[in-house]
Amino acid sequence: MIKELLKLACLATAFAAPMGYSASRDNIMVVGSSTVFPFSKVVAERFGKKTKFKAPKVEPTGTGGGFKEFCKGIGLAYPDIANASRRIKQSEFDDCRSNGVKDIIEVQIGYDGIVIANSVKSKQFALSLRDVFLGLAKMVPDPKAEGKLIANPYKTWKDVNPNLPGTKIEVFGPPPTSGTRDAFVELAMEGGCSHFDWIKALKKTDKNRFKAICHGMREDGAFVEAGENDNLIVRKLNESAGSLGIFGFSFLDQNADKVHAATIDGNVPTFDSIASGDYIVSRPLYFYAKKAHIGVIPGIKEFLVEFTSRGTWGEEGYLSEKGLIPLDTSERREIARRVRALEPMPASALTMH
Amino acid sequence: MTKAVSTQAELVERSLKKRYRAEKRFKIAGIISISVGIAALFALFIEIFGNGIGGFSQTKIKLDIVLDSEELEIYDVNNEEEVSNGYYEGVIRLALRKKFPEVKSRGDRRKLYSMISDGASYRLRDLVMADTSLIGQTKTFWFLADDDFDTYFKTLLDGDPYTARVDEKQRAWVDQLIEEGNIEKGFNTAFFTSGDSSEPELAGILGAVIGSLLTLAITLALSFPIGVAAAIYLNEYAPKNRLTELIEVNIRNLAAVPSIIFGLLGLAIFINLFGMPRSVPTVGGLVLTLMTLPTIIMSSRAALEAVPPSIREAALGLGASKMQTILHHVLPLALPGMLTGAIIGMAQALGETAPLLMIGMVAFIVDVPSWFTDSATVLPVQIFLWSDSPERAFVEKTSAAIMVLLLFLIFMNTMAVLLRKKLERRW
Repeated sequence: MIKELLKLACLATAFAAPMGYSASRDNIMVVGSSTVFPFSKVVAERFGKKTKFKAPKVEPTGTGGGFKEFCKGIGLAYPDIANASRRIKQSEFDDCRSNGVKDIIEVQIGYDGIVIANSVKSKQFALSLRDVFLGLAKMVPDPKAEGKLIANPYKTWKDVNPNLPGTKIEVFGPPPTSGTRDAFVELAMEGGCSHFDWIKALKKTDKNRFKAICHGMREDGAFVEAGENDNLIVRKLNESAGSLGIFGFSFLDQNADKVHAATIDGNVPTFDSIASGDYIVSRPLYFYAKKAHIGVIPGIKEFLVEFTSRGTWGEEGYLSEKGLIPLDTSERREIARRVRALEPMPASALTMH
Repeated sequence: MTKAVSTQAELVERSLKKRYRAEKRFKIAGIISISVGIAALFALFIEIFGNGIGGFSQTKIKLDIVLDSEELEIYDVNNEEEVSNGYYEGVIRLALRKKFPEVKSRGDRRKLYSMISDGASYRLRDLVMADTSLIGQTKTFWFLADDDFDTYFKTLLDGDPYTARVDEKQRAWVDQLIEEGNIEKGFNTAFFTSGDSSEPELAGILGAVIGSLLTLAITLALSFPIGVAAAIYLNEYAPKNRLTELIEVNIRNLAAVPSIIFGLLGLAIFINLFGMPRSVPTVGGLVLTLMTLPTIIMSSRAALEAVPPSIREAALGLGASKMQTILHHVLPLALPGMLTGAIIGMAQALGETAPLLMIGMVAFIVDVPSWFTDSATVLPVQIFLWSDSPERAFVEKTSAAIMVLLLFLIFMNTMAVLLRKKLERRW
């Protein structure tokens, strides 16, 4: 018995020993947005199979969490690439620079649409951004008194807009931690509340109030935070025919037998309508690479080239099969050129607009 | 006196029926509780089984591949790079065009090509690289179908075809393949022999299973000796005072701490302070060690307490030292209980996701890990990642992986029960 215990103890130390891990890393480390994750992992896998390099490790940390890790510094312990479902913020960029991450290569890879869909068992919705805002905002303009807000009184879609069906307002959507939620709020809700002139005017005079009005989602049960898992939302829609759900375009693409998307301002979300910009609830997807790591971690440059080659992110590339909506050709060419020249984004890039 | 007895008997007599009824109700309440539990368990099993059984099978398509060196663009079979860069996709596409010569337009051809999994050309490459004499021959292969076709074909067999991802032309091609007997459903070996993939038909759980084993090996190797040693000290040596009471309360507290806290602790200490790499089984094992230690210490203490004091007294009385008493007499008797506790702790660690999220073990990793410092995920994390994937075919893969995880858990828990039954001593 003693011997066995001793053996166990020895084993324990033997396992503890390799903690003096090797100081080199031979696979690329990618962190960031869970929206970009499915695209990033396809490229990573193909890259690993195609080339001599190991397949990059892709960790879905969320856009903000990804930048936090990415900007911690230069070195083997820190990620080489950060995926993002929005552009890097000035504050994040500054954080990066103050930690020595000076040269960052910015790559926009395409677009992602956000759809509002319901079960195929019920009729397809035709919404306008105004309807979306009035149906989902916590506070809405008082229809009786100009310039005043009241707690959202609308119970059914018909109350919002007489042309809509009289079903109860119940919308499943992502929680505030999700990038999809950020984008939805910015594109759909802000777009909707800008229909009211006095709120629109606030944007210039009182930006905080504008945000508070436009970004506040209902908390009375009409908007249900359904977790980050879009599959779950699709399933819930299938079970409750009257409800709507908010999720990414690729989930619509894969579940066309279960759900159909509402038109927004008259446009159905399709590949083409998102790419052309007609369907407005869509957002650009990016990734950012550290220039200082190129040449230190093997394969980063080749990975960037793989990602930005026509067969990958082009109109007929394999990412489009996964639901990524490609950029137009001239944009792609310009970005591909910058990537091949390893041109970092200038410090002024974010303040330009 | 006699009257009093008779009234008492009468009282008992009168209340008897009521007591029987109460007894019955009590029993029925118990039976109902158990049935609710069992019904919930069965509902879960049926749901998972119904969804997951499809994950163990895979649609395959038969193609005659002409490994023509011109078509492959391989002119020098001894040049490894040339063989590796051969146009294997081309020969597969050629075979498809031969099979469906009527498909002419570019768009239709793209649809045709999408029938075969992207992994097919890599499989062909690996085969040719292993044996270059294949070049120039014509071989028949069963290739994996792409996930959309796989889902369509499987649902077609079940009588309720899922047609949203395949159009009419593609369905006609599948019909033709069925007629010719060139498409069939087979056992999904890739599911057990490969790591994660972004293509559902190529995705497997081997990487996650190995990752789980590596992580658990570290957890067991660290938490068992430390847990047992701590329990022995606390039970056999430590004086009973305020301090040990405080320690005891804290251990019990730790067992109830949400596991994500251990993940945060691991992130702060092992990764940020010690600079260990993210997503490796070593760190995962360390974090899970912290998490399972309280469970193991508590069950080990319970096992030690169950050893009657007479054993210790007898050994001490015969002149054994305290250490001899513990190692020769107390520990062997307590070990079955300790092992059971350890196995239950390991089962708990096997099913854990939350703390691993913090230390980066939630990641897409294609390569199957081979050592404690390779990047890895674990089984429950793999389930979590797949459940979040948009591709329809991952739904059945998710449930199939849950079935494998459940199998592991059932195995471990049965082991714990058997061990206890076999080694248990009663006094």
